[in-house]
Amino acid sequence: MVDPVIASRLQFALTTVVHIIFPVVSMGLAPFLLYFTWKDIRTSEPVYEQLRRFWTRIFAVSFVVGTVTGIVLEFEFGTNFAAFATTAGPLFGGPLAVEGMMAFMLEATFLGVFVFGRERVGDALYMIAAVAVGLGTWLSAVWILVANSWMQMPRGYELVTRNGEQVIHLVDPIAAYATPRFFWMFVHMQNASVESVSLAMAGLSAYFVFRHHVWERPVDHVTFWETTLKIAVVGLLITAPLQVFHGDLYARHVYETQPQKFAAMEAVWETDSYVPEYLIAFPTSLESLLDPRAKEIFGIGIPGGASWLASGGDPQATIQGLEEFEGPQPPVAVVFWSFRIMVALGFWFVTLAFWSGYRWFRGELFADDLLHKALMASAPLGVLAVELGWVVTEVGRQPWIIQGVMKTSEGVSPGLTGAEATATLVGFAAAYLGLLTLYGYVITRLIRAGPPDRADLVTTATTEPAEGEVPADD
Amino acid sequence: MTSVETLSSGPLFGLPLPELWFGLLFFIFATFLFLDGFDFGVGALFATREDAAEREQFLAAIGPFWDGNEVWLVVFGGALFAAFPPVYANLFSRHYLLMFAILGALLLRGLAPEMYEQRHDERWQRWWGRAFVAGSLATPFFLGLFTANWLLGSTALVTLPGVLVGLTVVALTVVDGVAFLRLKTRGDLRADLQADGYRALAAYLLLVVATLVGVYLLAPGLRATMRSPLVLGLVGLTLVFAAAYALATRGDRYYLAFVAAAGLVFALVAVVAALLYPSVDPATGLTVEAAIVPTLSLNLMSIGAALLLPLVFVYFVVLYSAFSGPIEAGESY
Repeated sequence: MVDPVIASRLQFALTTVVHIIFPVVSMGLAPFLLYFTWKDIRTSEPVYEQLRRFWTRIFAVSFVVGTVTGIVLEFEFGTNFAAFATTAGPLFGGPLAVEGMMAFMLEATFLGVFVFGRERVGDALYMIAAVAVGLGTWLSAVWILVANSWMQMPRGYELVTRNGEQVIHLVDPIAAYATPRFFWMFVHMQNASVESVSLAMAGLSAYFVFRHHVWERPVDHVTFWETTLKIAVVGLLITAPLQVFHGDLYARHVYETQPQKFAAMEAVWETDSYVPEYLIAFPTSLESLLDPRAKEIFGIGIPGGASWLASGGDPQATIQGLEEFEGPQPPVAVVFWSFRIMVALGFWFVTLAFWSGYRWFRGELFADDLLHKALMASAPLGVLAVELGWVVTEVGRQPWIIQGVMKTSEGVSPGLTGAEATATLVGFAAAYLGLLTLYGYVITRLIRAGPPDRADLVTTATTEPAEGEVPADD
Repeated sequence: MTSVETLSSGPLFGLPLPELWFGLLFFIFATFLFLDGFDFGVGALFATREDAAEREQFLAAIGPFWDGNEVWLVVFGGALFAAFPPVYANLFSRHYLLMFAILGALLLRGLAPEMYEQRHDERWQRWWGRAFVAGSLATPFFLGLFTANWLLGSTALVTLPGVLVGLTVVALTVVDGVAFLRLKTRGDLRADLQADGYRALAAYLLLVVATLVGVYLLAPGLRATMRSPLVLGLVGLTLVFAAAYALATRGDRYYLAFVAAAGLVFALVAVVAALLYPSVDPATGLTVEAAIVPTLSLNLMSIGAALLLPLVFVYFVVLYSAFSGPIEAGESY
């Protein structure tokens, strides 16, 4: 029988890893949908109605799956982490309740109008519905990250004994809820969502553009896919460089506030100065593969790179090693590799952005087949980078559920049995596998069906460009 | 900071905030049960229809609403966590398997209509139709079971009063669903639903009586409260709403029947709240006063709820007025 602590942690990991895909899609699509809706209302270009309707369908399906997987998380704090919920509830419950009332209500009600109501409501209310849905998805992130950032950087509280249990009391709401960590997480997460959706849109449209221009096969709605590609490249050009820029500042903030996590990200065991930034690192012998503290490592590194990252530009800076921290350590290899792959992907996305931008500038965006292939292969990588980033954040702070205050193992429900926890873990593994399969199936069908045909549109353009012709960029 | 000191010193305006939150919590739960209740009822009635066009109308009727309705359950979970953290923690972990049964049933209910619409072959729609019915029946049943276990402080998964309350809630959602569908359909379908309304109401009243007798016999601790004027008054109110529902259904007064269904739901949830108070979790003996969150958090939450819930009300008015009236030809899920 699996230990309830292990099963609960695995279950939370599984349910969050699956859930986060859908908020990334909805938060990342939100600014694009606002743009499409605005252009659809203001111009008579049929392509914007096609863009709005096609991407709204994708958004709606993702939102439904996001809802059903999101409720699970809100309940799991009570079912699996009851000790944590009792201790942290007075401070931690508030943001979750406000998220429901402020954000989730806004998006779920106006989603009905946004998805089903184009013919039922006027332009103004329809635009308001689009803004409300988009704003709702982002406000949701605000409150979830307020709660999460407090666990990473707890402030503004005191520990009090109540009913015989240690309970956290809120004493300074501003210190507790507005941590600098919240700022970094929010900026990094929202930008990452838009970047991930830009990549997915670019990869998908690159396939149809490639098929039409390079392969010279028949493709319906060429204008639609060409416009999608251009808009996605604009999204990528804005978000990809920014992501690397504030990622660097965020890493420095992590070093200052969670040095143990930073040491795990860099696999630094002994406090040292002039620490290299390893691009890759492996133990030199097979035995040390199983030794978490293997020091005989073979690696290729940038001299002083990690020190430079932690200090904001000083390659000589000293980094605290993991050995300075008492007790259990986070699984270093997981954190080290997740961080590396995420950063590498971030730089790859910048390359893709500039490559696409350059081709577009030269008027060759639809002709470069190598670029199309690179975009297609990178379509899911934005979401992968987000997942890896969260692995660094959440695995990297172990053994703490509340940094320095409460260990994850102490947060698990005391009455939970291994049998119950294992049963639901297995249930979730099966259900979510099915859910992801169905989601993939539905999305594939929506893509195959493509945007609505021009004959079915409400928009009746006076200057309708012929199919295959690119509309003027504006 | 003076403002933080003021907010920490005592309840805002000297209001009885713990009791107000206890009431608000059950108000949120009742709103969820009324709004998502008609979605569940539509799911149950879906099983009684063979015609593809009629089934499509049922799905189209709830299409724009169900997601927003379900969020009331999320707000209930959030409010319970924020206002009574030890109750949220104890209750949810004690009914561990039941909580995941509720979540699984909700997942099936939310997913099934989306999948049903994907393909139009007969086998596919038959199976996703069944999944929709199963999710729509199982969710209110498990919610009723959960509520009964909560109220009676039971730690067992399945109890006799729990099963009775579960069936009662299922019948109530069908009553609610008929009232909603009569607003959203026309012609023969609307006329056919009248008989479903009578049957569901009769089943609901029988189950309420069976549940009251069952609880009275099996839970001696609740007998005194059950004889209190408040609970007797609420039971009387249920009979008034039931009569109003029956008469409105017969006279084709669709809005009145819908309001009467709301009255039935709120009366039932009010009975549960009245039987529970002053405890919030009989199994652990936690009372409202003992489980309520500390003053500063409580005041902040109260300000948040006072500002946000009226806004939420506006959102629902916008949504329900945008989609008022029967389903038009050509509208689908």
